[in-house]
Amino acid sequence: MSPNPATTDILVRIRGLRFNRGSKVIFDGVDLDIPRGGVTAIMGPSGTGKTTLLKLIGGQLRPDAGTIEVDGLNVHALSTRDLYRLRIRMGMLFQSGALLTDLSVFDNVAYPLREHTRLNPSMIRKLVLLKLEAVGLRGAHHLMPAQLSGGMARRVAMARAIALDPMMIMYDEPFTGQDPISMGVLVRLIRRLNDAADISSIVVSHDVKETLSIADLAYVISDGRVIEAGSPHKLNASENPSTRQFIDGLPDGPVAFHYGAPALDADLFEDAP
Amino acid sequence: MITWLATLGRAGLASAARLGRANLLMLAMWGGLPAMLRRPRLLLDQMFSVGVLTVLIIAVSGVFVGMVLGLQGYYILSRFGAEATLGVMVAASLVRELGPVVTALLFAGRAGSALAAEIGLMKSTEQLSGLEMMAVNPQHRVLTPRLVAGILSMPLLAAMFTTLGVYGGWFVGVGLLGVDDGTYWAQMQSQIDWHEDVLNGVIKSVVFGVVCTWIAIFQGYDCVPTSEGVSRATTRTVVHSSLAVLGLDFVLTALMFN
Repeated sequence: MSPNPATTDILVRIRGLRFNRGSKVIFDGVDLDIPRGGVTAIMGPSGTGKTTLLKLIGGQLRPDAGTIEVDGLNVHALSTRDLYRLRIRMGMLFQSGALLTDLSVFDNVAYPLREHTRLNPSMIRKLVLLKLEAVGLRGAHHLMPAQLSGGMARRVAMARAIALDPMMIMYDEPFTGQDPISMGVLVRLIRRLNDAADISSIVVSHDVKETLSIADLAYVISDGRVIEAGSPHKLNASENPSTRQFIDGLPDGPVAFHYGAPALDADLFEDAP
Repeated sequence: MITWLATLGRAGLASAARLGRANLLMLAMWGGLPAMLRRPRLLLDQMFSVGVLTVLIIAVSGVFVGMVLGLQGYYILSRFGAEATLGVMVAASLVRELGPVVTALLFAGRAGSALAAEIGLMKSTEQLSGLEMMAVNPQHRVLTPRLVAGILSMPLLAAMFTTLGVYGGWFVGVGLLGVDDGTYWAQMQSQIDWHEDVLNGVIKSVVFGVVCTWIAIFQGYDCVPTSEGVSRATTRTVVHSSLAVLGLDFVLTALMFN
């Protein structure tokens, strides 16, 4: 389980990744490096497999071909025990928060500590309150998940994700459905946690402005491939039509406005089945 | 014709695959037994939600089924002047058949559907994925305690159903229709066999406990993680469990009572 010294500057190394869902090709030979210590954004239109990529990195899905190394370990060659050991060092924030609905905010954040450490209850309490303080929700520790707003639920999930001081956190669409205030809070928190705890962050999102404002490196994925990679500045200056359409939010372009269909007149005047 | 055959073949393959997944899940759940025994609190919590919360419907149904048995039994037996054997008829019906079977059907409707919906919703809200990413095996942590709680609860609930049913029959037969109290109990005591009747009834309820809980957990865990998928899983749980209980009851009865 020790990291490979040759890959210490690269935390996640993906080579030749291929993944299909049925007959649909999601990834077709993706190569991608995620450096340590920074915020890496993975962006792309809806349905391009961004969440799938996080699940592949976390070992929840198995690729059809290619390798994914995290901290020098080939994720899909690990035994279940070693994969779980690796996951202890990975935090993940799901789009829905994925809080356990039968546990309070406090118990949700305490959950990984109780599962994976032998700390006494007093120490767990202190750690949980500190993690909640970091996301500004220490005062909400007694609430149940159903009593939280969407933004608060994600902040609690963030506190839970950092409970075990992981080496990396993966954020799956952290800004989706948030009001401007919550979005601003989440944007700042992701950057602050990344820098304060010296971890690496992977942010999967299609909220271009917010994501690029905190990213050190960004990848744009489309049609199963990486179509652009570089700093936010480089992406903003890109002339690649697919990247431009995505960044500028243009309704038509390489990603067509119309879903594939026969000609309109043929469709309209065809007899109903 | 070819299309019809292809559809049939696909459906057969899908059913075989589902059966395979159900068996693999069962094996995985048994693998979580040692971890669960180290944390008995997990089991106790599930015994409460699966077992204790089902007590009310079981108790009420048990009493009424016993009362109906007492009433119907009395009218039939009295035609032959055999109303003294009412206690045996009520007890044998309940211990051998109605106790395990009706309890299992009620269990599938109350606890089974709740289990399937709960697990399905945990899946659709990514709670199970969240556990996996926290390096916690959801099959061991979430499913195993529910399976064991279901298996332990079923015979206890069936015993409660049977006991209250016997008292329901007594209330109608002895209390309302005038059957002799001593005869009611004495006939039951002398005619109900511990091995033939009681033990076989317990074995039936354990088997039904395994099957109903397994079906409920599998349907929830294997569902499509959408509201429609969870709804289908809940419906399937009740339908499949009921059919499995009735079918297995015939097989077990044939084996036990020749």
